[in-house]
Amino acid sequence: MVSTRATTDRTITEWLYRYVLFPIGQMLVFIVGAGVVVMVLAYLLAFLFPEPRPNIVLVDQINRQLPGMLIAGVSLGFVYAMIALGYTLVYGVLKFINFAHSEIFMFGSVIGYEVMRRISDAGAIQSWSPPLLIIVVVSVSMVCAGLLAVLIERVAYRPLRGAPRLVPLISAIGVSLLLTDAVRAIEAITRNEFNLTYPTNDLAWLKTPLPLAFGETTVNVRITSIIIIIGAVLMLVAMNYFVNGTKLGRGIRAVSQDMTTASLMGINVNFMISLTFFVGGSFGGAAGSLFGMNVGTVTPYVGFTPGIKAFTAAVLGGIGNVTGALLGGLALGMIESFLNGILVYFPALGQRYTDIFSFSVLILILIFRPSGLLGERVDEKV
Amino acid sequence: MTTAQSTPTIKISLMGRIMAPIRAVLDNPVLAVPALIVYMIAVTLILLGLNRSDPLFPLKSSLAFPPLVLSPFIVLSAKIDWRFKGLLVLAALFIFLPLIGMYDSSYFELVIQICIFSGLALGLNIVVGFAGLLDLGYVAFFAVGAYLWAMFTSPVDTYFKVNNMLVSANYFYLFIFLGVAVAATGGILLGLPVLRLRGDYLAIVTLGFGEVIRVLAVNFNSPTNFTNGSQGLDGVLRPTVPPFIPDIIMRVDQTLGIPISNANTLAQQMLFYLVAIVIIACIIVIARRLDDSPIGRAWTAIREDEVAAIAMGVPLVRMKLMAFAMGASFAGAIGVLYAAKQSFVSPESFSLNQSIGILAMVIVGGIGGIRGALFGACVVTLLNLQVLKNLSLQINNFKNIDAVMPPWLVAVILAVVGGWILWKLLKALWSFANRWFGNAKQAEQVRVVVWGVLVAAIALLTLQGSGFRFDDWPAQLEPAKYERLVFGILLIMMMIFRPSGLLPEPRRKMEMTAAKAEAEDGAIGGGG
Amino acid sequence: MRNKRFAVLVLVVVLALALSATFVGAQDAKVIKIASQTPLSGPQSALGSSMSNGVALAVEQLSGPLTELGYKVEYVPFDDQATPDVGVANAQNLVNDPAILAVVGHLNSGVAIPSSEVYNANNLVMISPANTNPRVTGRGFTTVNRVCGRDDLQGPTGARFVNELGAKSVYVLHDTTSYGQGVAEFFQKEAENLGITVLGYEGTTETANFEGVIQPILALAPEAIYFGGIYSQTGIFINQARAAGYTGYFVGPDGFDSSEFAQLAGEAGVNTYYTSVAGPATIYPDAAKFIEDYKAKFGEDPQPFAAQSYDSAAIALNAIYTAAVLAGDVPSRAAVASVVRATKGYKGLTGTVTFDAYGDNEVGLYYVLQVGSADPAAWGSNTLLKTLEIPSPYKALLDSGS
Repeated sequence: MVSTRATTDRTITEWLYRYVLFPIGQMLVFIVGAGVVVMVLAYLLAFLFPEPRPNIVLVDQINRQLPGMLIAGVSLGFVYAMIALGYTLVYGVLKFINFAHSEIFMFGSVIGYEVMRRISDAGAIQSWSPPLLIIVVVSVSMVCAGLLAVLIERVAYRPLRGAPRLVPLISAIGVSLLLTDAVRAIEAITRNEFNLTYPTNDLAWLKTPLPLAFGETTVNVRITSIIIIIGAVLMLVAMNYFVNGTKLGRGIRAVSQDMTTASLMGINVNFMISLTFFVGGSFGGAAGSLFGMNVGTVTPYVGFTPGIKAFTAAVLGGIGNVTGALLGGLALGMIESFLNGILVYFPALGQRYTDIFSFSVLILILIFRPSGLLGERVDEKV
Repeated sequence: MTTAQSTPTIKISLMGRIMAPIRAVLDNPVLAVPALIVYMIAVTLILLGLNRSDPLFPLKSSLAFPPLVLSPFIVLSAKIDWRFKGLLVLAALFIFLPLIGMYDSSYFELVIQICIFSGLALGLNIVVGFAGLLDLGYVAFFAVGAYLWAMFTSPVDTYFKVNNMLVSANYFYLFIFLGVAVAATGGILLGLPVLRLRGDYLAIVTLGFGEVIRVLAVNFNSPTNFTNGSQGLDGVLRPTVPPFIPDIIMRVDQTLGIPISNANTLAQQMLFYLVAIVIIACIIVIARRLDDSPIGRAWTAIREDEVAAIAMGVPLVRMKLMAFAMGASFAGAIGVLYAAKQSFVSPESFSLNQSIGILAMVIVGGIGGIRGALFGACVVTLLNLQVLKNLSLQINNFKNIDAVMPPWLVAVILAVVGGWILWKLLKALWSFANRWFGNAKQAEQVRVVVWGVLVAAIALLTLQGSGFRFDDWPAQLEPAKYERLVFGILLIMMMIFRPSGLLPEPRRKMEMTAAKAEAEDGAIGGGG
Repeated sequence: MRNKRFAVLVLVVVLALALSATFVGAQDAKVIKIASQTPLSGPQSALGSSMSNGVALAVEQLSGPLTELGYKVEYVPFDDQATPDVGVANAQNLVNDPAILAVVGHLNSGVAIPSSEVYNANNLVMISPANTNPRVTGRGFTTVNRVCGRDDLQGPTGARFVNELGAKSVYVLHDTTSYGQGVAEFFQKEAENLGITVLGYEGTTETANFEGVIQPILALAPEAIYFGGIYSQTGIFINQARAAGYTGYFVGPDGFDSSEFAQLAGEAGVNTYYTSVAGPATIYPDAAKFIEDYKAKFGEDPQPFAAQSYDSAAIALNAIYTAAVLAGDVPSRAAVASVVRATKGYKGLTGTVTFDAYGDNEVGLYYVLQVGSADPAAWGSNTLLKTLEIPSPYKALLDSGS
């Protein structure tokens, strides 16, 4: 995710390093870094408040919870990161917040449900091999969500190009209202309900948690969390290659740096913008279907909270910055998971203050780094 | 690309052609005044003549009421002496609207809500429109004002009740000023840490702030009960009605013979209406003065180019804080009014959607303009609370009286909607085909074919169809469920066809045209 | 050019709509309308639409007597969008329609409380199927009634049941809505009175991914979890909590009472306990018929509060009938309101309704049920464990006063 000039005479090892090892290593660094920060914070708190409530020894609780908290944080963080990528890519190119992106995420999760439900209704879900099933579900929702994003851009944003920045924002809000209720109408007519439950309850391989031992404590890791993590890593690597290693990706980067100059260089700006929406949308869709498999039930209104959180993550990392979206997502997931696990033990606080603390952390970070953790890559037009 | 660009201009010119005669009357200084008086009286009489037992009441009401509410804007757009303008606007505000309100209290409720949202839109307009700071948590200041009054008057067992700190209803007017002060302080407190942030970073922080205030309102019921949590504070006091209001109502009742069913509620509503009008008048005066002052120009400078503004010596910190505080203070005052009017305050009223709704009003109306913000608030509130509600009620009425839509109408609607979609699809397909074969002539043939099919379809359906029974309307598609969907579509269309807002500010319009030309230059080079 | 033609077409359509509509004939019968106000759009619309459907079904099935008297009964659904502003605007709109004689609603107490002020000022009776907030009826309004339970009774009922289960520690969750938080608060108080250790009291707005919420629960290992919330959230939570390895009891309020709970929670939901004011279909045969009719008409299972909405509308229709017979004409709103308040021993789908002077059901019957199967179709055969008769807290007040 470092922008490097593509060279024609690269060797396989270089290629491997640049597009596989480096991004994975970067992710590992982020995960480990965030994990270490969380651990230090947790034990610092335990040191400061050894017994926040009677009969609760914070160190013991942390020892018991930490592995679970970290895994939850990572899987949550990857979901945020994947949605945040959609915000960030579009922001990079068009410099506006695509508020409808949360509905593209929702659409992906609904498509995921439709695919899985259809396979299940055909009676085939048990006989499909797990990886095949997941790949089919995720890729169909990726394509559908990507196409929807392209369509939205064509209908609701393209006519507004050149208008003040807030105008497409309101159009996006309109799209968001339209999409939730349109999906609801379609599901209400075809299925008579819109609480859509993934047919995962009978899939033993998906439902049986994987017990992992960390010292004395055993954590039941849900398979879906692992799927999310693996899926997200694979897709992020592919995305890194696409943006930094292909001609099309270079086109997107060129457009995001300077639309006019890019068009003078013979780049089809409209195509590149559509492509950006497709890529961002399909990541939203993939996140949606993975999220759906993980939580089991989705509704047309499911996009709102993850959408806002992912938007926060994109800003936290530095909006417009692709690596920033990844870091922001992971950081936010970790912070949330940590706060959810710790705040419970403090009287008069509690999980209900998680969002407040998350936002305080965000504001603190932004005070010291006004353009996000990794900064904007977008140049300011002066 | 080119069609998308040229469509709006054609639309506007078409609108212009329809509006031309009206415009001509409004521009005529002799004709305009009597025409406007006749217009307002006519609309009022139509509204007074409507009858709730008429199955078409919702449709008629939603066609007749907005023209009356929007009549002040029509007056303002006329080219007449400002004294006449003032008199006509005052007549609309203090004679025609209250008259309709007395006749049917639901109109009064609507007008009061429009006033409340207008106040909020004006306040947000200062932050977003004047200073260019995107605020997605504006509703927080509104909540601060509302909770301020509610906490000091609600009989629920809160900290204030337990410690005998409740105040009487007479303090209401004082609390409006307190609301201004407290909300302004809140604005400064929020502004201080986030001043270095720009654009969308500010947006997310304000969004967070809005949520924080809401979450605090939900949670500040333990260990000490301040807000009564999600249960909300009920029984919030309303100001006492001064005796002149019932007198006026009585007199109107006697002279005009409007049947008044609930004089107490009416007097209460009248009071809130007057207070709201006064507050909004103050806000408008302050906003106008600010816009024309050095402060206003400093805000414009910050909005247009922060770096250049600093270079020219604009005190960035002070000016941004000022914008936050001014915007917040208006919301605080309106919040106090809102709490008293609802007599109940709970966190549900202060969601993110509310903030977004207010932002939509500012932008739909035309960002940066006072008249635009007011117009946007009127249009969005009317759409949301009156027009869309009435449309679904109308369809429900049709269902109840078992109405049948005649076959020719079904045919026309189907043909227009279906034809339009078909047309768009074919056009897209054809432009694609053109690019492949380089043949442009066939587009004309397709057009002929499409129109032929449409006419044939209409004829066929008219002769063969049996019409549409409203009773067959599927329960899943009950119109009341899809008001928000329609609202979403309208938002998109308003933005596409009037990107600079319904009543754009002249200066903003100029910027818009310049930006557009620039964008077109870029696109023509790239898109082709 | 094209656009002009299109615009002309649209104009023609609008004109035609207006014209064709005027051909609709005037009505001969006197019209009586029943309105409902529930959230029909937005995240809470699953419950709100189902409530509206319940009223529609009642109007369809039970307006016979009024039709025989020569009246035409119509149903008018309103969408309050779960927002107080919209609710109040709707309320003003519907009190101005003289044909509307009763309102069934709302789902959210936050909308019901300000809207009921408007109803009360206009003597329009409101019967609430779902507002469990104690403050809804406690304000001395003669027109506000409810057929559902109260948070300050249902919560403690749950706590007493947890005590009977023998659980010594409990973790309380709520959904931060007025309903969930209200019932959870009263649960917590009663649990502490009974000597149960409350290990945590948490609100969560999370509706999908509960991993963060579950971690501390696992570490604290409470014997029971009480979740004040609606099935669409709690079902998912229970599913995920079991998968993460939680083994204790799940207890909840009547927001759990939906066949969809079984679908969402799957096997994890079996043996979950919930308290409810709505009797199970097994002991109320009418309820079974209601579910059948509802499914036949709307193609889905009724959600929580749908049966209560049906009952509310039924009580309203009964009262209008009685008042109409007394008046010999379309009754006044005040007359309908006083007849509703005087309702005694009305046998509804969910139990017997007798309103006290405050508009609460005089003696609330609270049932404790246990989910028997992960099959949504078997929801009606959930095991009834206990039936508790709890008088409304105002009853003692009234008895001592009179």
